[in-house]
Formats: sequence, C-alpha cells, structure tokens
Amino acid sequence: MALLALASCSSPPGTWGWYVIDPSTKGGWNNIKFLLSGFSATIMLSVLAAVLSIIIGLIVALPGMSQNRLIRLPSRIYIEFIRAVPLLPMLFWVFYGLPVILRSLGLNIPIDPFWGAAITLAISDSAFTAEIYRAGIQSIEKGQTEAARTVGLNYLQTMRYVILPQALRRILPPLANQFIYIVKMSAFASVIGMQELTRRANEVVVSEYRPLEIYSLLILEYLVLVLIISSGVRWLERKMGADQRL
Amino acid sequence: MSDTNSAIEFKDVNKWFDDFQVLKDINLQISVGEKIVICGPSGSGKSTLVRCINSLENHEEGTITVHEKEVGRKLQNGNSSNSDVGMVFQQFNLFPHLTVKENLILGPMKARGLTRKEAEFRAMKLLERVKIPEQVNKYPNQLSGGQQQRVAIARSLCMEPKIMLFDEPTSALDPEMIAEVLDVIIDLAQEGITMVVVTHEMGFAKKAADRMIFMDEGMIVETGTPEDFFAKPKTERCKLFLEQILQH
Repeated sequence: MALLALASCSSPPGTWGWYVIDPSTKGGWNNIKFLLSGFSATIMLSVLAAVLSIIIGLIVALPGMSQNRLIRLPSRIYIEFIRAVPLLPMLFWVFYGLPVILRSLGLNIPIDPFWGAAITLAISDSAFTAEIYRAGIQSIEKGQTEAARTVGLNYLQTMRYVILPQALRRILPPLANQFIYIVKMSAFASVIGMQELTRRANEVVVSEYRPLEIYSLLILEYLVLVLIISSGVRWLERKMGADQRL
Repeated sequence: MSDTNSAIEFKDVNKWFDDFQVLKDINLQISVGEKIVICGPSGSGKSTLVRCINSLENHEEGTITVHEKEVGRKLQNGNSSNSDVGMVFQQFNLFPHLTVKENLILGPMKARGLTRKEAEFRAMKLLERVKIPEQVNKYPNQLSGGQQQRVAIARSLCMEPKIMLFDEPTSALDPEMIAEVLDVIIDLAQEGITMVVVTHEMGFAKKAADRMIFMDEGMIVETGTPEDFFAKPKTERCKLFLEQILQH
C-alpha cells in the first residue's frame, strides 16, 4: 500500500495536469484564451485607477503644504484616514454601501464592478500618491518659489511651470512603484465579480479543478505585466533625465 | 505723508522670527531712481529688509509702502508679489529645467500676457545687454556662476521692473566672476531705475551708490553719501566693520 502511494506521488501525471492549459489541445487552448482575455480588464482598471489617483493625490497634496493650518487640516485628515482603511473593506463599502447612500440622496447611480473597483483603488492609492507629491515638492529649494514670485507668477503658475516639472522627475520612481501596486491590488476586484485576470482564473479553477496549474499561469500573467510596466518606466526615466539637465 | 517721488517707504517697521527680532524700528525712505547700497555684518537684517520690499517676508509692525501701495503684513495672503519689483538672489535661483531663453520669457508670457514673439524679442535684447546672447539655448547648469547671475539679472529686467533688489548678488561667485556681474549692475545703475543692493563690494558702492546704509542687529545704524560714509563713519560699529572688510 505504502509503496503504491509513493509511486503515485513521484509520477507526474498523477499530480500535475498541465493539459488544462495545453495550447495543443482544444480545451487547453480555450482555457488559455479565456484566462488571457482578463488582461484588458486588469490593464484598463489599473490605468484608470492610477490616473485618478495621480489627479486626486495632487489635489489632496497641494493644500496639505499650505502655511495655513485650516487649509492643511482636511488634507491631513484625508491622508491619515484613507491610509488606515484596508483595501478589501473599502471595496465592499464602495460597492455595497455607497449605492445605499446614493439612493437615500435620491440619486439613482448604479455602481458596476469596474467603476466600483476603479474608484476604490484610486481613492485608496491617492493617500500614498499625495504623500509622494509632498515629498517631491518639498524637495525643491525654496528659492525656486521665490524666484517664480518675483517674475510675477501666481501660485498655480509657479506649481505648473516651475515646481512640478522639477518635482515630477524626482517622484517618478515612487509613482511607478505605486502603479505596480495598483496593478497587483486590482486582483481584489475579482471578489465583486469583475472579469479581470484573477476572476477568470478562479472560474477556470472551479470548472477544471486544477488550481496549481491555473494559479501558476495567473502569477506568470501578473509577472509579465509588471515587467512590461517596469521597463516602460525605466525608458521614461531615461527620457526625462536626458531632457532635463538638473 | 509720502510724496510722489517716494519709491519705497518704511515706517516704524518691526519684524520677528519667532522670539528673535530681526528688524527694529526701521524708518527709511527711498526716492524714485535712487541707488541704495546696504551693508553690515551677517545676521544684521539686511536681506530681511530687502525681502520685505517685495513681500517675500511679512513684517509684524509698521507699514511699508512701495509706489504708494502698502505691502507685506499678510495683506496679499503671501501671494502675487509686486511684479514691478525685480529681484536678484545670492544663489541665482534660475529655473534649472528651462533653457536661458525659457527662463527669461516665462514671467513676461504668463504674468504679463506677452506673446512668445514679443517675449523672445525682449529676452534677446536683454541677453545682449548682459553680454551673453550666445547662451540663449543653454541650460543654467551649463553656464558659469557669473553667467548664471547675469541671466538672473536679465530675467528680472524682462519684467521691466521699476525697482530692482539685489540680495548679495556676488557673494556666491568665484572672485574672477564678480567683476562681470558688477559691471552689468553698474551699467544698469546709469538708468532711472530704483535700486537697492545688499553687498560687501565697497568698490562697487563707491561707484554706484547715491546713499549707503549700514545695518547692525536689525537696526539702521548709519546712513550717508558714499563719500561721507567711507571717509568719516560716525559710529564706532560702522568704523570697525569698514576696517574689517577694507583690510585686504
């Protein structure tokens, strides 16, 4: 008996079932196509969330650096609060809770899984983005702001033409880090039924009952995605570094 | 009341950095077109005084009027500095991500609403005046310190200010570059523009100043024409200071 069990362990066909994702078989090929089709949703979700996060983060960060305490306060509260809420509970709150609030306000705005996940990821990430902006902007010498003022620029013009272009170059690496973080966290969208990479993998696992093989492929999918982003960011950094002689 | 010939007026101005009083009872009137040189030991409040004129610093007590308009004291919410007042800093403060030309045209285009063509025309004229037209497309860190400071002067002049402030414009420069910057400032002094210069370059002061101001511990200790000021300083502190910096 014991020998038999050992034999079955050491024989690959008993434990591995790569056939579920074998492109040479019709079933395997269909599974692969189904799994890969989650890419577009994951990418769209991540890009939208990242763009929103970059915008919200800046809007939060700028008043956070005001000399005036009262202007600074809402920004600090937002950052501390959002940073403290875990992503999954926030996702549930936005997807299941927010529609209740909207309905009670008489607004009939449905929140579908895509927008629910995008908003949650964006808000959750914006607290971190805001802190990245703050670090970058505060690293620019005070003399730059003063010089901008003496040539007549107002606050927003100073930010747009003088401070942000310089700060952006310094904050690009941490911002890219956050983008990669968003891509990975987008997997949580699967629990509210969004058809992205992880959700698709789960569905194939349920029908094929081959978790090891399918989740291995899933991890590979994220790996490839993140590597592509990393090389894109490196290209961008080189480009900005060459353009801007600082 | 100030007469119309007054460009800058300080009346009983006091200013503190936390507990430390940097300006004490400053009373000073500068006429249109006057060239003032301020000197004094470090920490005496020279830079702060100058920075109050264009609201880079706010004062707590007294009034400062620039061309009959009150400034500072959080009247402008720390915003929109008076663009009739140009300033040249010790550390140049050029915008490192912009070329020389872009440094010069940014203010005129965004704050004064000039077209790019008008602004570039003005920029080229001023670069010729500070004698570096050939550097127009370079970035600040490709220039020497003296060149950078001359660009900074041109950048200020691009806004066609009525008053120019210089906060130790040559203190960060290598000795061999000081002359080229001072030449530009002296050239500028020939015009009707009002100038306030914080500097220890006494040779420059003798040549360009209408009036000298000596500051110590936040107070204006002595003022006078350059001839009187250097020949017979009235106070002991001023004498000592002049001896120290003229020694070598």
